[in-house]
Amino acid sequence: MRLDVIFRATMKIMMPFILVFALYVQFHGDFGPGGGFQAGVIAAAMVILYAIIFGLDAAKRLAPPRLLEIMIPLGVLIFAGVGAINMMLGGNFLDYSVLAHDSVHGQEYGILLVEGGVLITVAGTMTAIFYLIAGRGR
Amino acid sequence: MVLLTLMAIITIGIVRLRNLFAVVILGGIYSFLMASVMIVLDAVDVAMTEASVGAGISTVLMLGTLYLTKTEESDPGHSPLLPLFVAVVMAGVLVYATIDLPPFGLADNPVHVHVAPRYLDYSIEETNVPNVVTSVLASYRGYDTLGETAVIFTAGIAVLLLLKGRRKLKPGPKRKRIKR
Repeated sequence: MRLDVIFRATMKIMMPFILVFALYVQFHGDFGPGGGFQAGVIAAAMVILYAIIFGLDAAKRLAPPRLLEIMIPLGVLIFAGVGAINMMLGGNFLDYSVLAHDSVHGQEYGILLVEGGVLITVAGTMTAIFYLIAGRGR
Repeated sequence: MVLLTLMAIITIGIVRLRNLFAVVILGGIYSFLMASVMIVLDAVDVAMTEASVGAGISTVLMLGTLYLTKTEESDPGHSPLLPLFVAVVMAGVLVYATIDLPPFGLADNPVHVHVAPRYLDYSIEETNVPNVVTSVLASYRGYDTLGETAVIFTAGIAVLLLLKGRRKLKPGPKRKRIKR
C-alpha cells in the first residue's frame, strides 16, 4: 500500500484535521462530549492510520517510540502531580480549589491539567501497543 | 430494539463463523452498533469512546494480531455442550438478576437520588464546567480517573515488557549472553 498515491495524498490532507479534531475533543470536553481519553485515542488513531498507509518506519519517525515511552508515565505523573501540588498548597489530594485565587477557577485549571495528563498517557499507550503488535510480524 | 436485534444477529454470526478475519470485522460492526445504542441512551461520551476504542483501535490491534497467526480458527477438539451449558446458566443468572433491577429511567431510582442531583445542581457553581460528565470524571471523581489512568499506564507497561526486547535476544549469539 506504500505506493498508493490516493491513500497517501488523502492521508496528508486528512492528518491536520484529525489532529485538530483530537484537540477539539480535548479542549471542548468541558462543554460537549469528549475529554482526555477520547482525544488520546483519536490522536493515537491518527498515528496508526499514518503507519498503515506510510509504513511503520515512517510512523516511528513521526512519533518515536522513545517519546511514547516517556509519554506513558508522564501523563500519570501530571495527574498525580496536580494532586500533590494541591496538597502542598494546603488543599486535599486532587481538590483543585486551591490552584487559583478562587475555587471555581482552580477547578477549571485542575480539570484542564488532569485531562491533559489522561490524553498524554492514553495516546502514548495506544500508539506504543500498536507499534509493538505491528512490528512483531517482521 | 432494531439495534439490539442487529447486535444479536452479529453475535450469532461471530459464534458461527470460523474465519477470524470476518469475526474481527463483525466485532468492529458490533462496537459501532453498541456506540449507536449509547447515543440512543444519551451517553454520548461513552458512545465516542466505544466507537474510537472498540471499533477503531481494538479492531486494528486484532487485525495486527491476526497477521501473526492463522486466519482460520482451529477445531476446538471437544464437544460444545459443556461451554454452551455454562453460558446458558450464566445468562439465566444474569437475566434473573435483571428482574430485581428498578424500572429503566425512572426518576426516583436509587442511582438518581444518591449523589447525582448534587453533581447536577452544583457543577456549574463549583467548577464552571457545563458538561457534568467532565466535571464528575475529572473533579468529583478524580480518584477514580487517576486510577483509570494508572490502569492504562500499567497495561502499556505490561505490553511493553512482554513484547519488547524479545526480538533482541533471539538473533544475539548465545556465547555473548553467557559471558554477561
